[in-house]
Amino acid sequence: MSLDTAPDVKASRERPLGRKRKVGRFALPTYSWLVIAYLVFPIAVMIAYSFNRVIGGLQLVSFSWNGFTTLWYQQWSNVPGLTAAFWLSIRLALVSTVVATVLGTLLAIALVRYRSQKFRGKIAVEQVLFLNIAAPEIVMGASLLGLFVTLNIGRGFVTLVLAHVMFSIAYVTVTVRARLAGFDRSLEEAAYDLGANPLTTFRLVTLPLIMPGVLAGALMAFALSIDDFVTSNFVSGSSDPFPVWVYGATRVGIPPQVFVFGTFIFMVGIGFAFLSIVLARKKS
Amino acid sequence: MDESVLTDHPRGVAKERHSSGWGKKFAPYLLSLPAGVWLVLLFIVPLFILLVQSLETCSPATGACVMTWSWGELPHQVNLYHQQFVTSLIFAAFATIIDLVISFPIAYWIAFYGGRRKNFFLIMLLVPFFVSFIIRTIVWEFILSNNGFILTFLRTQHLVPSGFHVLGTSYAVIAGLAYNYLPFTALPLYVAIERIDRRVLDAAYDLYANRREAFLRVILPLSMPGIFAAFLLTFIPAFGDYVNQEILGGTANTMVGTVIQNSFLVNFDYAGGASLSVVLLAVALLGIWLYARLLGTSTINEYL
Repeated sequence: MSLDTAPDVKASRERPLGRKRKVGRFALPTYSWLVIAYLVFPIAVMIAYSFNRVIGGLQLVSFSWNGFTTLWYQQWSNVPGLTAAFWLSIRLALVSTVVATVLGTLLAIALVRYRSQKFRGKIAVEQVLFLNIAAPEIVMGASLLGLFVTLNIGRGFVTLVLAHVMFSIAYVTVTVRARLAGFDRSLEEAAYDLGANPLTTFRLVTLPLIMPGVLAGALMAFALSIDDFVTSNFVSGSSDPFPVWVYGATRVGIPPQVFVFGTFIFMVGIGFAFLSIVLARKKS
Repeated sequence: MDESVLTDHPRGVAKERHSSGWGKKFAPYLLSLPAGVWLVLLFIVPLFILLVQSLETCSPATGACVMTWSWGELPHQVNLYHQQFVTSLIFAAFATIIDLVISFPIAYWIAFYGGRRKNFFLIMLLVPFFVSFIIRTIVWEFILSNNGFILTFLRTQHLVPSGFHVLGTSYAVIAGLAYNYLPFTALPLYVAIERIDRRVLDAAYDLYANRREAFLRVILPLSMPGIFAAFLLTFIPAFGDYVNQEILGGTANTMVGTVIQNSFLVNFDYAGGASLSVVLLAVALLGIWLYARLLGTSTINEYL
């Protein structure tokens, strides 16, 4: 699931394919933009509904369009439970992103650097990573609940962090590994030759070089954490993160502020994503 | 990516000097220790606890569970909820097939014609992930609802009968699943197609293959590992999903995820919930095992 698996070498030999290229020139691009429109469509609807006026006494979003208002942006913090859930999600995402990015990056370095002769169990590690990514989330959530109940650990912020780091590590590792693959080790050797110790070499040479990959991995971890519902629902106890709160609210009705927060998270996420592209382009 | 290129240092001497130390021998283990411990304690161990829990028997009256070391709960639960399993299977299968069909052309286009804008298009595929999964699904509820703008428009134009509805049907659930898991299908497909050597394709054309033959006999077989990976990464999560069904599907056609969630969080029937989870996990493991068997273990992590 890595963002950037396209080696730059291939771009240089970008050339027309085959003989008839009409499909490539017209039908395929049109189709692809339609798919992208389909993916973006609900997001546009969400943003539109965050400006939807509400008629009637209860401040809950309605299916029909009642006119434009920016009221919900002015009153973004008027639903106490929602605001608390939002800040909890932000704190949770920040903490689990930092931890998962550090652990995942170290694991990615180990996987890229060492072949299975020197790294026994490497294949097992890779299989665990795949299983972790492919496993149904409800099974992970249920099994974590079983663990916490068995060990008598109270559910709350700590268990949420434990869970979120657990399901983010594999994604970080895979993303960083994809970027590390083109890493030029002679630069590190040069640092050693100039008398740098391993720690200095890592700090001054390795880390700056793999930084775009690490940032992409961190972005992935942040998105996964802020997005997660199923696992969080099992391990959150009484402290509901944003998605769990919203899910609970669907039974009674959703305050329009939910879409304001949704729009905000989307804007920040997409902003960082494009920033990472720009940074990656500058680096190369 | 050929691993030897990365690990073999061109200057044998320098490599020798730096790999002789005591620390180097343990370096891979030290580097993977923190993540490894985290994953073992919070991913592998819990799965075993789940397995153990499925061997218990819980009293419905008191909610107390006793270890009985019997597999009895498993067939009992499957018997009880086989309808939900079948529903999940059908919904997930349809959603996965729809996703494969929708995303293959776009993955192909980005891989072969994306040029310098490849990363931009990949981000566009990931765009749904920047909006919470729950909100995405709720927005689809809005879009598909009877009072939503699409159905209102279709009704006022008399394009559909007045009683027509989408929400609360199987179609709505499948559409929601297909939308939510589309990126999981498109990305592995992209990786697979991106890897196809264009010279092989050119060779096919040089040997007078037409477009159809080139597609069926070159592109499709070469992207098979990606198709399988995409299938697993879409089907398995969709099979365990229940949010789409709960929000879009109404009260009918419950999926197995809902049953598991209710067993754990509402009825406190841990043994029952654990048994159903074990079945779900077995389906996932079976898929991964088949993948490894057919295409080799090393292929697995190439398509993540």
